[in-house]
Amino acid sequence: MSMEIAIPQPAERETYLNKEYGVWSWLLTTDHKRIALLYLISITFFFFIGGFFALLIRLELLTPAGDLVQADTYNKLFTMHGMVMIFFFLIPSIPAVLGNFLVPMMIGAKDLAFPRINLLSWYLYIIGGVLMLHCMLTGGVDTGWTFYAPFTTNFTNTNFIEAGMAIFVAGFSSILTGLNFVVTIHRMRAPGLTWARLPLFIWAHYATSIIQLLGTPVIAVTIVMVAAERALHLGIFDPKLGGDPLLFQHLFWFYSHPAVYIMILPAMGIMSEIIACFSRKRIFGYSFVAFSSIAIAVFGFLVWAHHMFVAGMSVYAALVFSLLSYAVAVPSAIKVFNWTATLYKGSIHYDAPMLYAFGFLGLFTMGGLTGLFLAALGINVHVTDTYFVVAHFHYIMVGGAVMGYLGGMHFWWPKISGRLYPEGWARLAALIVFIGFNLTFFPQFILGYLGMPRRYYDYSHMPEFQVLNVLSTAGATVLGVGYLLPMIYFLWSMRYGKPASDNPWNAAGLEWKTASPPPTFNFDEEPVVTWEAYNYEELDAPHTEEVRVAR
Amino acid sequence: MPDSTIVGLHHEEQHHPELLHHFADPQQQRDASSLGMWVFLATEIMFFGGLFCAYLIYRRWYFGDFAAASKTISMPLGATNTAVLICSSLTVVLAVWAAQTARRTLLLGSLAITMLLGVTFLGIKGIEYRDKFVEHHVPGASFSFENEPVPGHPGQYANPHHAQIFFSLYFVMTGLHALHMIIGLGIFLWLLMMAWKGRFTPEYHTPVEIGGLYWHFVDIVWIYLFPLLYLIDRHP
Ligand code: HEM
Ligand SMILES: [Cu+2]
Repeated sequence: MSMEIAIPQPAERETYLNKEYGVWSWLLTTDHKRIALLYLISITFFFFIGGFFALLIRLELLTPAGDLVQADTYNKLFTMHGMVMIFFFLIPSIPAVLGNFLVPMMIGAKDLAFPRINLLSWYLYIIGGVLMLHCMLTGGVDTGWTFYAPFTTNFTNTNFIEAGMAIFVAGFSSILTGLNFVVTIHRMRAPGLTWARLPLFIWAHYATSIIQLLGTPVIAVTIVMVAAERALHLGIFDPKLGGDPLLFQHLFWFYSHPAVYIMILPAMGIMSEIIACFSRKRIFGYSFVAFSSIAIAVFGFLVWAHHMFVAGMSVYAALVFSLLSYAVAVPSAIKVFNWTATLYKGSIHYDAPMLYAFGFLGLFTMGGLTGLFLAALGINVHVTDTYFVVAHFHYIMVGGAVMGYLGGMHFWWPKISGRLYPEGWARLAALIVFIGFNLTFFPQFILGYLGMPRRYYDYSHMPEFQVLNVLSTAGATVLGVGYLLPMIYFLWSMRYGKPASDNPWNAAGLEWKTASPPPTFNFDEEPVVTWEAYNYEELDAPHTEEVRVAR
Repeated sequence: MPDSTIVGLHHEEQHHPELLHHFADPQQQRDASSLGMWVFLATEIMFFGGLFCAYLIYRRWYFGDFAAASKTISMPLGATNTAVLICSSLTVVLAVWAAQTARRTLLLGSLAITMLLGVTFLGIKGIEYRDKFVEHHVPGASFSFENEPVPGHPGQYANPHHAQIFFSLYFVMTGLHALHMIIGLGIFLWLLMMAWKGRFTPEYHTPVEIGGLYWHFVDIVWIYLFPLLYLIDRHP
């Protein structure tokens, strides 16, 4: 399928973009689509900051000696990289940008249930972001993104309290987004849009919201305890005073393991949309894919201690957590199988979003499978805290979640901006990202297996690791180019791209039945849904007319 | 439902001044708001849950020390505060009922009394905090807890480190609870102002209802805090 040029739009049509102009019309907006764009700009900014730290890390590791930066600086680099990428880019990325934009549109609502709370959520994010930036500019933090006590509470000389506050505040922004989604999905669906007809993107965001709502408060209160302990020298986590450092790890991972699903579930939702559209088929096993999202949200809360196998816990507890970690991989596998089955005998189109989706499928599978390696107690002891773990989670978070995010951005860009992006460049970028990614992170599996520990700036006692590290750094450069390209051509297309039709992909879903870009209240008339999700066979059947709800 | 009726409905309901533009009808708006508050309270449970978890672990480990520390906080004041909060929950219920049945004086009165009770609670809490400060039981550099007997174990004295953990949790838990009370007072002040302006009617009183939900929740947290913190090993 190629993207067709739209019937030229009458110039005066009012959209959410041209309804009002001026800074305040953006900064005080309660339109979920405008807030999505505010988020888009902010998280892109943080993505490049985090990327800058990553670049410095990779440059340091180019040579075995610790020559580019000092040990302390290196600690700060990987800490700030992790904190920025996780709390200020990946967690808000898909929900706050694409979710914000699409959840109301996909369910036929005029806005989220609480538009002002939505705006508040963005401001909280910005306050957290400013704190984080201030913290960075005044020296940064060196605790690792995991900020383990008692290092964080008693030993580090860096300003953890400010970084903790930044994460705390950003956490509430995440909670409010989740709250808005849950209420919106329950209460604002268009007539006829039953739960069984919801797009899987909505199911995924519903599951994500559950985690945001039930997990984030726990890390928030943990940060309160750490900050209080650091400020007042309490003994909650300090073993010298009778406290328990393992309690910190339990509380931290009780949030942070589910948090990895905050990052991946929305990307899985995007996958279902893209794969169905570009295979022109109803998604295989709809209800399995839908309920596997909920299963991930629930089981995701039961496996946190697999991050602590070497931290000291009973063999029996370790066995149980190992087993449960295997269990949590089942719903993920169900999704992968169902997507694959959807492809089977589909009429597959290789447009850019689909290329990203293919990338996701391969990389996420690699990441998930290596997660199973890590969940095996024996292997875990061997590779824990090595580059194997680093490769594992980057395969999922960057190979999976970021690929999904980019795929989604391409898929919905015509709807968001009303313009088409240049397809050729987009396919090239997808290819570059895929190659760059694998070049960066595959060598890290080998490095980790061979015993290269993570978070070390100097490996001069092991010069044989250099070749793989050079490959990795080279890959990171390619990957960087792959990420810059979409940013450039998206910006370019806002001015020079061809105007998009309302439904350039001939996709199912309510968001495609309104104008591109949509009017402020999304639909000119309240839509009434009489069809199942992903009715592609129906859409492509020659005799049916597409049901139009707006204009 | 045919489209025309939906559009028709819209026009009628547009007249209701409190109906926000993106809701189809007042019922939907009400349902959304109250679900929103319930969901928020679920996150609050997890927020306090982390602290309760830490508390329970240390209480099991250091039971004697916790009991000794618990003896030094004032049970009568805590009990009074419990009574105060239970009364305030009653006045909140009255306020909701008054709003539903358009009893303006009762509404204003119950909101005001609720706030008064809330302030009383914070006042008593302040006295308790001051006592702890005077006794050097506030964790930190000046903390001291020497020669405090462990209840039921004559001749045994509490480990000051472990008692300090009790007091750390005591201050963090009751402090966060008090912060929630202060936020609640802010909400009720706003409700009082809106009620004064006559904004609540039997058709539209969702803010009173969900404000009340929040208040009840904060009360319930205290209902758990009181026995856990004040009543450890309190038998003769
Ligand atoms: C398929 C199911 C998964 C299993 C069985 C699994 C298993 C594991 C295990 C056992 C570890 C601990 C390794 C160690 O520290 O020794 C780990 C680390 C990690 N995983 Fe996964 N994982 C899975 C999915 C995911 C997903 C979906 C994400 C992210 C979107 C993710 C992100 C991470 C991160 C960030 C870490 C390292 C955290 C750190 O120490 O800094 N994992 N995984
Ligand atoms: Cu995990």
